[in-house]
Amino acid sequence: MINFHEVTFAYPSGRPVFVRFSCSSERGEAWAVVGASGCGKTTLLMMLAGLRRPTHGSITINDEVIDRPRPQTGLVLQDYGLLPWATIAQNVALGLRLRNYYGPDGRHAPIEHAVGPIDLRVNQWLKRLGIDTVRNQFPAQVSGGQRQRTAIARTLCLDPDLLLMDEPFSALDAPTREDLQNLTIELQREQNLTLLVVTHNIEDAVFIGQKILVLGQPPHTTPLIIENPMAGDRAYRSSSRFFEMCTRVRELLTPGITASH
Amino acid sequence: MRRRHVLFTSLIALIVWQIIAMLIQRDILPSPVQVAQSMVANFGELSQHFVASALRVIISIIIAIALAVPAGLAMGQMPKVNRIFSPLVYIVYPIPKIVFLPIILLFFGATDLSKVLTIVLILFFQILVPVRDDAASLRPELLNSVKSLGAGRRALFRFVYLPASLPAVLTSLRLSVGTAVAVLYITETTATLLGLGYYIYLNYSTLFDYAATYAGAVAMGVLGLVLYFLIDWLERKLCPWKFAN
Repeated sequence: MINFHEVTFAYPSGRPVFVRFSCSSERGEAWAVVGASGCGKTTLLMMLAGLRRPTHGSITINDEVIDRPRPQTGLVLQDYGLLPWATIAQNVALGLRLRNYYGPDGRHAPIEHAVGPIDLRVNQWLKRLGIDTVRNQFPAQVSGGQRQRTAIARTLCLDPDLLLMDEPFSALDAPTREDLQNLTIELQREQNLTLLVVTHNIEDAVFIGQKILVLGQPPHTTPLIIENPMAGDRAYRSSSRFFEMCTRVRELLTPGITASH
Repeated sequence: MRRRHVLFTSLIALIVWQIIAMLIQRDILPSPVQVAQSMVANFGELSQHFVASALRVIISIIIAIALAVPAGLAMGQMPKVNRIFSPLVYIVYPIPKIVFLPIILLFFGATDLSKVLTIVLILFFQILVPVRDDAASLRPELLNSVKSLGAGRRALFRFVYLPASLPAVLTSLRLSVGTAVAVLYITETTATLLGLGYYIYLNYSTLFDYAATYAGAVAMGVLGLVLYFLIDWLERKLCPWKFAN
């Protein structure tokens, strides 16, 4: 589904982050991209979202070259992605309203997509994500977890086939974090989404990513991908294999440091 | 609650005024009772002047918003536009625009247009600068996520920049409504026969009717206060999220 074809990306300062980087994924896979801040993981996400263009090479999703945001791609950012002046329900409805605003033109909204009654779908997703009770409140009035649920609901309202998330759990406390991780996996399976979560947190990456892309120090040339088939199972989180996997990822991220056990 | 406070404070001010007037006992400080009598006696005339002044200042506010908001948004979201116009704004912003009044009068004559133009000139910059800064300081996370939902430039303008600039517009209006009324007074003391400024000036300098002079001043104060409350009300209506919590 996603194909990075010899992608090169350099910042305006000239520092290269990706050099002839190639990688691909299949539909319905759950990916985690893990790395320290400044490693280029957000750049990777932004290129996939069509908000940044590679300097050379190309990225295709379903054989379509990405050079602008694609209507079927959902993006959820760490925080601040919600309109502070709109209620939770209005925020969830935003994507649908934008589609109505442009009409099905193929650029901003898919051609085959008829929006239909907005309220019905908004209500359905507010309920599914358990934020129905705060629908008339503003983002500043609800908890971080509820804000993140709002951002997810807003995206899933649009029937995406690809969900990109940038540090979606890092601002949350531990119970909320696990709760949202479970929900994310549940939704990913239910909607058959391709999921790509970018995070600096190793535990997040190991729980979410059936495939983990480890980004060390840039520039990146060949992808380092770890198969992690147990990802997403709730029992995995407390198993010894989970901790072994975390240790393995940690060692890959910080070569030279060996685990104490 | 708030309204009661305002009324209470006004009452205290009136009482203090009454006491001072009784102590001083001079023509140039009529008591509130005398001023109220004058207001009632000249109600028709006074309201005519009030309406003329209110129309001028409200039309000026509307024109200033209509010009400054799009300009501010354009400068705030397009760095190239900002680079060209920012130095100009920087130079013109601190100039007391009232000094242009004689020039505007020379060009546009003793018309309503020249009065409105003077006020617009002042309000324009007061609104432009905060709107520009607000639009420029919008978080990239917010813009990116709305773009990812399919928003192009037009939709960003409608769904993000415009609502984001509303509080800045209302705050700058609230801060500049006093200035607007003050400038209105100055513009109305010359080259017109209609407006509260004219009414105050005529009664003070020619008719020596001090009660009427004060009545005009009170009317002007009421005009400022009404505008201030109107902006307050608009802010509550249009930006409920600022008052949540």
